[in-house]
Amino acid sequence: MDNGCLKNDEKYQKLLEIIEVNKNVRGSLIRVLHDAQEVYGYLPIEVQKVVAEGLGIPLAEVYGVVTFYAQFTTKPKGEYRISVCLGTACYVKGSDKLLDRIQEELGIEVGDCTEDGRFSIEACRCIGACGLAPVFTVNKDVYGKKVPDDIPAIIAKYRE
Amino acid sequence: MKMINLKIDGTPVTVPEGTTILEAARAAGVKIPTLCFLKDINEIGACRMCVVEIKGARALQAACVYPVSEGLEVITNSEKVRKSRKITLELILSNHDRRCLECSRSQNCELQALSKELGVNEIRFPALNEKTLLPIDDLSPSVVRDPNKCVLCRRCVSVCKNVQTVGVIDTMERGYRTVVASPFGKSLADTPCVNCGQCIAVCPTGALTEKSDKSKVWAAISDPEKYVVFQTAPAVRFSIGEAFGMPQWSPPSEDSASTRFLTPTQARTLRSWKRAPSS
Repeated sequence: MDNGCLKNDEKYQKLLEIIEVNKNVRGSLIRVLHDAQEVYGYLPIEVQKVVAEGLGIPLAEVYGVVTFYAQFTTKPKGEYRISVCLGTACYVKGSDKLLDRIQEELGIEVGDCTEDGRFSIEACRCIGACGLAPVFTVNKDVYGKKVPDDIPAIIAKYRE
Repeated sequence: MKMINLKIDGTPVTVPEGTTILEAARAAGVKIPTLCFLKDINEIGACRMCVVEIKGARALQAACVYPVSEGLEVITNSEKVRKSRKITLELILSNHDRRCLECSRSQNCELQALSKELGVNEIRFPALNEKTLLPIDDLSPSVVRDPNKCVLCRRCVSVCKNVQTVGVIDTMERGYRTVVASPFGKSLADTPCVNCGQCIAVCPTGALTEKSDKSKVWAAISDPEKYVVFQTAPAVRFSIGEAFGMPQWSPPSEDSASTRFLTPTQARTLRSWKRAPSS
């Protein structure tokens, strides 16, 4: 199988295994994509091509499914995933300003990852911590009741 | 075959089991408007233009995918049905590029015909502007894709994937952002598209159209420096026709794809040229 520009490494072997197990199962595309994202962290075009070819599904359909579900991402995620809640309670408490400041500090937009691969930003919906609004998380750490000026110090903590 | 008795707008109809309400209605001479439906190719009940009222059912149902059953009573033209269809159509038109005069599909457009049929005299949603208009993909040698004219009926997706088994277009993204496109935002020119044109043939609107070279042809014909040689499409009969026993220099048929666009004078020129080929 043509693997595009994927390295013929452990991850690639794992991807082939995932496809091998599911290739004759009808409706297995979403499961394969889930597992592939687990392996690679995201779903770049090369991975999608291998999946499409392996399952005998047009690339257009694979990409259609990937872009339909918010769970799938075509962009790499950082070592530290910053997730800012834009749910109603957080939003009225100014989480949009937190998000703006985080984007400014890291110099990237929502959905993107810093060049060094350390930070990525995403906007999320209610995470059930409205009492702490505005809330954002960095991986599994939860930060509540923060203001934009708290951001540089928090980011600096992870930079070390 | 088991026959099913039902009533459409009060008229008794008998059709074979497995028939849809739409087909039963057509057989009974009752017209139900459709947009995404294309027999045997796209039967997905997506556009909701064919909704009908069914006695005893809670919600309106899509006639194109609803199989008939014994004793079914269908109403195809009630106030509720008409209202629903019209609002659905208005919403489809809400993000449609409504510059019909500039559209090559004008007057040969299913969406335009539906708007007229359902009496859409006024659209309460603002027209698309520079900010909301999506870029047109015209890089392919023969197919132009204008997402602003697309109604997301998925006929093209279906014919490309299931009939031609090429599958270079599909629905991308979700909700309001949904668009029929090629993967990774690529142009059709950068996909394995075979330029068969089936997507154009099934498109109900001007979202997929042929790339026209007519102006180039006109310019070449009127260029006195050029010796004009015609090759009409489909070109097969001229290229390999002889091998299949067709007479050499067969005159172009009047209905071939390209001769339809010729003026009588051009057609005459073409025929006289065919009669007297140079060595």
